[in-house]
Amino acid sequence: MSPLWTFVAWLATLAFFAPVAWMVLTSFHQEADAATNPPSPLATPTFDQYRLLFSRDITPFLLNSAMASVISTLLVLALAVPTAYALSIKPVEKWTDVMFFFLSTKFLPAIAALLPVYLIVKDAGMLDNVWTLVVLYTAMNLPIAVWMMRSFLAEVPKEILEAAEVDGAGLPTVLLRIVAPVAMPGLAATSLICFIFSWNEFMFAVNLTATNASTAPVFLVGFITSEGLFLARLCAAATLVSLPVLIAGFAAQDKLVRGLSLGAVK
Amino acid sequence: MTTLTHPPRTASPPARPRRTAGDGKWRRRIPLLPALVFTVVVTQLPFVATLVISTFEWNILKPGNRHFVGLANFKFVFTDERLRTAVLNTVVLTASVVLISVLLGLGLAMLLDRRFAGRGLARTLLIAPFLVMPVAAALLWKHAIYNPDYGLLNGTLNAVYRLFGADNGPTVDWISSYPMPAVVVSLVWQWTPFMMLILLAGLQAQPGDVLEAARVDGASAMATFRHITLPHLRQYIELGILLGTIYVVQTFDAVYTITQGGPGSQTTNLPYEIYLTMFRKYEYGQAAAAGVVVVLGSIVIATFALRTIASLFREEVSR
Repeated sequence: MSPLWTFVAWLATLAFFAPVAWMVLTSFHQEADAATNPPSPLATPTFDQYRLLFSRDITPFLLNSAMASVISTLLVLALAVPTAYALSIKPVEKWTDVMFFFLSTKFLPAIAALLPVYLIVKDAGMLDNVWTLVVLYTAMNLPIAVWMMRSFLAEVPKEILEAAEVDGAGLPTVLLRIVAPVAMPGLAATSLICFIFSWNEFMFAVNLTATNASTAPVFLVGFITSEGLFLARLCAAATLVSLPVLIAGFAAQDKLVRGLSLGAVK
Repeated sequence: MTTLTHPPRTASPPARPRRTAGDGKWRRRIPLLPALVFTVVVTQLPFVATLVISTFEWNILKPGNRHFVGLANFKFVFTDERLRTAVLNTVVLTASVVLISVLLGLGLAMLLDRRFAGRGLARTLLIAPFLVMPVAAALLWKHAIYNPDYGLLNGTLNAVYRLFGADNGPTVDWISSYPMPAVVVSLVWQWTPFMMLILLAGLQAQPGDVLEAARVDGASAMATFRHITLPHLRQYIELGILLGTIYVVQTFDAVYTITQGGPGSQTTNLPYEIYLTMFRKYEYGQAAAAGVVVVLGSIVIATFALRTIASLFREEVSR
């Protein structure tokens, strides 16, 4: 590529990355250095903000987030894998209708479900409970996971499956020896996407939890009213809560596209 | 090489003996049931409840006054000024975010489709905005970038002005002066990487021999783009617009965090307006009716959307 276009590409990249870089940089500053105009990017770095966050106890929020995301991801996989199997390897009749039913639930705006969910959860005494979020996040990610897993399972070569059956291999053998090796990367990608969406979810978390079950995004909005007094600490918190997804996303870039497109793009 | 749709499979599966057809059918359906039942219970039942609640006058600040009012709430929804504004804001917000991020994403994908020094690193840095937690991103834009006194935008303006000998740059309060653009820009920043990833995958799935043939025939870069690349990318662009719309229509985090729907109701979109009706005005009946209308609207859009997706794997269905 000509030097000009390389330059343009890098300029655009840096423009998009600048806010992230700024967030990380500011998180290592003292408050006094963070709130200056013009900015002072070269101030002495410090870990103070991170230390303050943990002493102000961000830990329970992170644990709630981890619990809601990890458990709901495991539940999604437990429900989605058999479903995807029934929709790809030995497709049931009208399997496309089932696929579209799952997808159509994603089109329904979550806000329209918030009121009944809130009332039901309140009646059941399950407000401010991490398990409520686990159930909701499972429902939220299940359709995506079914679509993704189906697209991965559809890649298992039919000829090999049939050959194995002719040779008298039982279902466990087929699953373990033929399906699993092909599906493993897909399983990892699906888990990653479900984890990201649950970890980042805000609307249900903020409206259905109060003190015990609040997740990381809810901790963050505590900064909404602070008129810039704690900019450096806000940046440290924002960096900290984004870190798991950033690391996972960078590590699995190639899988990300397929996940985000429900398996339609490889 | 990868393709968007699966290649058509070889002939239909061999007919199986009829004897066990009944049993086999059910055995095949069993793995489906847990997920289906769970989805129906958790996603469909609430909507039935919403439908019921929407026919009640129900404000929890007036206990004992809950009664059936038929379609009155719907009449309210269709005549309320605030809701109409919210619908308009939702359309403006969604359309501008999706269109701008598709265009920017296309530009970035074209740049990253070529080899250049540090391309891998550039791609990694470019997807970062999509991976930052949305609430964190919204707070970052609100406080660290848009803030009139110490935000990065005014800070940079200031530094540039001083560089040229002026005393100080202008102090612009970005969020109150340009509320909607402020929200749109922060969302475009988050969604452009998503569009870029999908379009980049599309570009890299282009059949090399066709591009080669075009070059041999002496087609200009512009002509190649218009007649080969763009038609090839169409499916990917549609997919990007579709998925982007599904998610951006539901934007709640950014509005809640950056503007709280204000000033006035200039940036109040439908999800945020319904949230206000529910948790600030406590008008459950009205909130439910608005929810029902949103669902109906979504079904209309979804019908088109599902058709697009169906075309994406039409070939596979034909097996």
